[in-house]
Amino acid sequence: MDVRAQLVMVFHLDKCIGCHTCSISCKNIWTDRRGAEYMWWNNVETRPGVGYPKKWEDQGTFKGGWVADGGSLRLRALGKGPTLLNMFFQPNMPKMEDYYEPFDFDYGNLYGAGEGTDQPVAEAFSQISGRKIEKIQGGPNWDDDLSGSQLYAAKDVNLEESRIVEEYGKMFMHYLPRICNHCLNPACVASCPSRAIYKRGEDGVVLVDQNVCKGWRFCTSACPYKKVYFNWDSGKAEKCIFCFPRTETGQCNACAHSCVGRIRYVGVLLYDAEKVEQALLKPDDQLVEAHRAVILDPRDSAVLEGARKNGVSDLWLEAAVKSPVYALVKEFGLALPLHPEFRTLPMAYYIPSLSPVLSTLGDSHELVEHGLFSAVDTLRAPLSYLASLLSGGNREVVAAVLAKLIALRSFMRARNLHQPMDDGILRKAGLDEAAAARLYRLFTIGGYDERNVIPAQQREEQDPYTRKGAGGFGILKKAGRGR
Amino acid sequence: MSSGRIKDDRAPADRGWEEFYRNRWQYDKVVRSSHGVNCTGGCSWMVHVKDGIVAWELQANDYPQFDGSIPNHEPRGCQRGISFSWYLYSPLRVKYPYMRGALIDLWKEARQRFPDPVDAWQSIVENPESRKAYTGKRGMGGFRRASWDDVVELIAASTLYTAKKYGPDRVIGFTPIPAMSMISYAAGTRFLQLFGGVAMSFYDWYCDLPPASPQIWGEQTDVNESADWYNASYIVLCGSNVPMTRTPDAHFLTEARYRGAKVVVMSPDYSQATKFADNWLPVEQGHDGAFWMAVNHVILKEYYVDRQVPFFEEYARKYTDLPFLVKLGEKDGVLLPGEFLRADELERSAGIEHADWTLCVADGKGEVKIPHGSLGSRWSKAEGKWNLDMKDMVDGSEIDCRLTFLGGETGRVRFRFEADGDVVREVPVRRVKTRNGEVTVTTVFDLLMAQFGVSRGLGGDYPQNYDEEKPFTPKWQEKYTGIAAGSMLKIAREWAENGEKSGGRNMIIVGAGINHWFHNDLIYRAAITSLILTGSVGRNGAGLAHYVGQEKVVPLAPWTSIAMAQDWVKPSRLQNTPSFWYIHSDQWRYDRSFADYFKPETGENMPLHAADMNAKAVRLGWLPFAPHFNDSTLRLVDAAKAAGARTDEEIRGWLVSRLKSGETRFAIEDPDGEGNSPKVWFIWRGNAISASAKGHEFFLKHVIGAPNSSCTAKEVAKGAVKDLVWHEKAPEGKLDLVVDLNFRMDTSTLYSDIVLPAATWYEKSDLNTTDMHSFVNCLDAAVPPSWESKPDWKIFGLIARKVSELSVKHFPAPVKDIVAAPLLHDTPGEIAQRSVKDWKLGECEPVPGKNMPNLAIVERDYVNLYNRFLSVGPAMGHLGAHGVNWEAGDVHEKLLETMPTRAWNGKTYIDLEDEKVVADVILAFAPETNGELAYRSYQSLEKRVGKPLSQISAGDRNFRITWEEITQKPRRFISTAVWSGLVNEGRPYAPYTLNVEYGVPWRTLSGRQSLYLDHPYYAEFHEGLPTFKGKIPPALLDETEGETGLVLNFLTPHGKWSIHSTYSDNLRMLTLSRGGQVVWLNHEDAAGAGIGDNDPIEVYNANGVVVCRANVSSRIPKGAAVMYHAPERTLDIKKSKKSGRRGGVHNSLSRIRLKPTLMLGGYAQFSFYFNYWGPTGVNRDCYVVVRKLGG
Repeated sequence: MDVRAQLVMVFHLDKCIGCHTCSISCKNIWTDRRGAEYMWWNNVETRPGVGYPKKWEDQGTFKGGWVADGGSLRLRALGKGPTLLNMFFQPNMPKMEDYYEPFDFDYGNLYGAGEGTDQPVAEAFSQISGRKIEKIQGGPNWDDDLSGSQLYAAKDVNLEESRIVEEYGKMFMHYLPRICNHCLNPACVASCPSRAIYKRGEDGVVLVDQNVCKGWRFCTSACPYKKVYFNWDSGKAEKCIFCFPRTETGQCNACAHSCVGRIRYVGVLLYDAEKVEQALLKPDDQLVEAHRAVILDPRDSAVLEGARKNGVSDLWLEAAVKSPVYALVKEFGLALPLHPEFRTLPMAYYIPSLSPVLSTLGDSHELVEHGLFSAVDTLRAPLSYLASLLSGGNREVVAAVLAKLIALRSFMRARNLHQPMDDGILRKAGLDEAAAARLYRLFTIGGYDERNVIPAQQREEQDPYTRKGAGGFGILKKAGRGR
Repeated sequence: MSSGRIKDDRAPADRGWEEFYRNRWQYDKVVRSSHGVNCTGGCSWMVHVKDGIVAWELQANDYPQFDGSIPNHEPRGCQRGISFSWYLYSPLRVKYPYMRGALIDLWKEARQRFPDPVDAWQSIVENPESRKAYTGKRGMGGFRRASWDDVVELIAASTLYTAKKYGPDRVIGFTPIPAMSMISYAAGTRFLQLFGGVAMSFYDWYCDLPPASPQIWGEQTDVNESADWYNASYIVLCGSNVPMTRTPDAHFLTEARYRGAKVVVMSPDYSQATKFADNWLPVEQGHDGAFWMAVNHVILKEYYVDRQVPFFEEYARKYTDLPFLVKLGEKDGVLLPGEFLRADELERSAGIEHADWTLCVADGKGEVKIPHGSLGSRWSKAEGKWNLDMKDMVDGSEIDCRLTFLGGETGRVRFRFEADGDVVREVPVRRVKTRNGEVTVTTVFDLLMAQFGVSRGLGGDYPQNYDEEKPFTPKWQEKYTGIAAGSMLKIAREWAENGEKSGGRNMIIVGAGINHWFHNDLIYRAAITSLILTGSVGRNGAGLAHYVGQEKVVPLAPWTSIAMAQDWVKPSRLQNTPSFWYIHSDQWRYDRSFADYFKPETGENMPLHAADMNAKAVRLGWLPFAPHFNDSTLRLVDAAKAAGARTDEEIRGWLVSRLKSGETRFAIEDPDGEGNSPKVWFIWRGNAISASAKGHEFFLKHVIGAPNSSCTAKEVAKGAVKDLVWHEKAPEGKLDLVVDLNFRMDTSTLYSDIVLPAATWYEKSDLNTTDMHSFVNCLDAAVPPSWESKPDWKIFGLIARKVSELSVKHFPAPVKDIVAAPLLHDTPGEIAQRSVKDWKLGECEPVPGKNMPNLAIVERDYVNLYNRFLSVGPAMGHLGAHGVNWEAGDVHEKLLETMPTRAWNGKTYIDLEDEKVVADVILAFAPETNGELAYRSYQSLEKRVGKPLSQISAGDRNFRITWEEITQKPRRFISTAVWSGLVNEGRPYAPYTLNVEYGVPWRTLSGRQSLYLDHPYYAEFHEGLPTFKGKIPPALLDETEGETGLVLNFLTPHGKWSIHSTYSDNLRMLTLSRGGQVVWLNHEDAAGAGIGDNDPIEVYNANGVVVCRANVSSRIPKGAAVMYHAPERTLDIKKSKKSGRRGGVHNSLSRIRLKPTLMLGGYAQFSFYFNYWGPTGVNRDCYVVVRKLGG
């Protein structure tokens, strides 16, 4: 057992309101600069939809992630292929139109235009070329809220029937916020010829060393989530850094901080690094279960011992016990990995969304037979769809999660209305009263410190006596002639 | 993975580069501020400053927790708010004062010729050619940078010229919703009120005011703070898209679901809110009222007839007008619902003070009794009986009131339904002996049963069952809503059952989606009825939660004093904007008689055009109007004096006789006459010419005088309008000067003459409150005002100073001014007009304050205007709001000792130069933030009510909130008698809990929640009881006549990427949306018109034209075009093929129509108050043609 600790984020999609506040806090702080205009380390997608970059999930095109191949894993894009030949040309890279051409507007014209015969406007231009854009054709969120549904939503690769987006009785919509998954088996790390990408031992954050990166862009291709970006100005790859300057000091990520829907949970997971590869060799529909098996119980003394051996501090181990992420991912099995079949073992997890009751549309709009709340089989979002996103196609796994959410609501309703409580509702869904109490807190009245249990890094091991005074002066270079 | 790729922090040298990102996160300073935008969010933000530059903002997460049982508020703040820092340094920022180039040249030239700036201004505007040289070029570019000195001088000169030539009431100002940055709001209105200018309303203009709220509750709007959603166990969203428009509050909704609340979403499109729904009901837009009417039918049938729910019945008796007696008058052999029976009609109760404003019930024996709490007792000399006790006013006995006369005699009553015609239904009645003989009465409850078609075994044209398609059965609603009767019935039953089981915790979250229709009041009344019938008003987790533009200035009383300068001058000159712009932008000229689409029963004595009705409303003191008269209010005083009037009373008398004879006329009767229109317009904190200008192209044409893109509407009012003077050609470009204070170049700024650089919300100090939460927040300066920008308070200070300087010559001594103020709600004016009598028609003698406006004589001291602006005036110690008054002279005295002061004319005043002092003055005088004053407010109310109330705040007497404290942390305000909700002990604010728990009456005629509106004009339109009227058919709207293309209902809900127009031009929002204006179309509609996604399109009707791109989505219902309110026409808008000009904005396609029943006055809750009562700027009964650009 090789016990490691990682900070992990869970997204409660049923609570996500699709507001994109997360995206902007991230943009303001990290990518509001030349070369990074088009980067959205955190983005939010409307589903059904094609996401950003467009159709990123289509590995037939982009060749990201790993494939289980004859009892071992290989990168889909590289595999046995000619790495060196691709060094200067990444055939599977998304193109600018897959992202979008970042635009701006000539606002100054509103002040500067001379007196004319019609009203002046601020025309659009490209932030890349500076050239005027006659008609804006794309953006990082172009299909927001089913915009252009026939062109985008209908082409969602997870959708079995594309017509569903046109049918009033069946159409559905929810949101999918995405950051870098800081995977346990990161394809970006494995693909980097410069070895510029690494996973931090202390918290699992995957970073691109900006001094080492040579701009080969293998990482961009290899990442099946398309969460590594190429900075065209600096010539280096950049990606979500899990806000490590914040998490190191016990604050949650800027995206999680700004999540006004309160859908995000950040906490510690302990995992067994030795089990990762073995888990990823399982068939697609067993991957969720395999994922869960990699995650370790922080109350297990053997696990604690292993963790201590690997230098995980008590502070972190205590946090692992209180971790909302552990509760949601492992203990109650509600949060699921996004596309586990990409086999990077992503460490961001999603609680699938409920949806309204199906209806039929004849002369009038008629709800299908249901109780006060919907049952799993009368929800609009098809199980096959959610399973394609979150469980490697395993519908039972998704159905079990949805059943738990519905049971929790029914149980709490009875309590709220002082009605007799039938704990059979909970039991049938695999929960009990204690579980309901914990989940209720996490989903509702739990505050910032319950949603985010983030142990600070203890950095005193690293010469704090000197760093206290000298920290932050690091960029000054010695004088030298001829530089 | 290879463990070699894991790097532990035990090798720090390897990872030194990480400081690349760590250094970015470092910052120099964090300051708490907020966004003064019209969104009601009221979020607290931490603004991070790095290198002296605002680098980013993140939400504050230090809100005090109510108590552990309610989710906390952190983090409040949405995608729009978090993008605000973009504006500060963007190329869109207004950095310096700008002026229209042509005007700069004219001004420089005139100033050389005239040493006096007022003379210089006169020379420009009185020369048609020079005036046209700049007014005709508004919006066409040509701005030039100007100096602060020059622009302030010109502005001051224009105001003084206007006051001298036409009167100060031709200087107007528009700024929306004060609550979000109330000191900035107050800056302009304080200046204007001291000057004699006009402050214009916004809430009704935006059509955010729900008229049903004053109709039923006598209250502008009072709603649950969003945390209280969490207490609801059944929530229906109706016309409100919570995640989209109440983004920071949405989590309370998603969280309530996990407490077991059921959520139903009524929305024609698959909206963002629909995602959270258990049931989605795609009700036909504009027809939500039909759904609720049928819900009420089911509730009445199953929970009041088939089975009685004691909880519901008790509630109905105690808190509603359902037991009250209504007279039935006979016409053509049937009975018609008439007025409430009044105490003055009965021998035993005729002696009660204001008996004509006192209503009756019947007791168990059927005897007529007079319960406490009618409006009369609110204004009687004897105090203590204005309460909800079911006790007889005459003998004090308890009344066992009855809801129904069922089982006795019946009468045949006629009901008229707009689309379904007349029905005659039997109603239980009783004969009552009055001083004028026997009358037939029934109860409101009995009328309601008949109106809703619940027969109770009675004869007449009642539906026999739910499947019969008669009003208002489940089957009947199907054709209007598109919702199957069975689905509707299921929800109605769940609704009623939840009400019963939860003790009335049903909630409807409503918004613009159902409020922007012509019959908005009816839609709301139908929904509210379903709340009242299930006991779900006045409780936590219950009621009508109306969220659109509803903000709440929590420290209302002292803020009003400061903002309206009532510490110096009363009354204020306030204008309801819908009437104002309907008339002044000449939209009335294009409007046909309302009788075509809103038919009265007889129309007797009733003007049948909205303009005529509005003129009547003005002369009878129902609604205000500026300018007041066809002459200057200053000159009229002089004329009165010249005619021998010495006292104010004599001046008034002189004016009344002139008005009666017609020698002087109300300006509204000749709005296009020379000098009868506004001349100088200040715009600040808002986008008055675009986002809020319904009928934008009419504005451009008549008010602004700019070239406009298209306006083919016909002037159909000629002949239909009787009272207004018709000029063959309506004026164009009525305004001499448009001044806009702004931090960005928005559409209004672009069309203004002078642009003043305003400090942003991160560069000034201000107060921020909302009714979405119960905290008081600050805006504060993270950095100083950038470039040459200044806070609004400082800008109006500069203008005030210059006005005072120039006044030494032009108004050397104080002058008298006449303010024509309407009869006000929450004053004895609300019992002024027992019946409609028009002095102009000779039906009575004109009496100011009775059947015509109050004609108040006030003093304007222009030389000391600046001194007054910056000094707390002497009246500040006497405060009041909503009819509750208290003294705070001691607070004033104390502050004079501790605060900065200024002395002039030998007296010392609190000095308001610093906005932080203004904030502290407001907080010190507000009961919500000063516990001692809260206590006094309850003392005032308990005397009138006759029930103990002051104990509510007994524990709060030492409570204080100061400016300094709110810069540290959001703080929660306390309960006061000004508001109807209670917030003690961590309880979320819910409206009317004071009424329900303490027996304080609603401020209505009956003192109860009013399901029956007995004003004769309501009877004329068959709207005395809740009813259903659908959308106005396109054929009657004169907008798409003769068009054969794709004609769609044009909807403009609030959007995801902007707060009104703010943020719509922000690069972050543009990037995350589609980079500019779009109209959403259903995929089949679009395909039929050959339109593909992202294709350029033009959208037009008789009102104007929009050019944008199509967003084609199956999420949108067929038949509707959705353009999210409110884009700017400044961003990359192409030219229209139709008009040949640049396309406009959403409001280019709209125009307003005023509902006459909302103009009433002097009659209980139908009495004017600013932003409280009056017709609303409805805009959703609107149709457009959509086609491919050039297609």
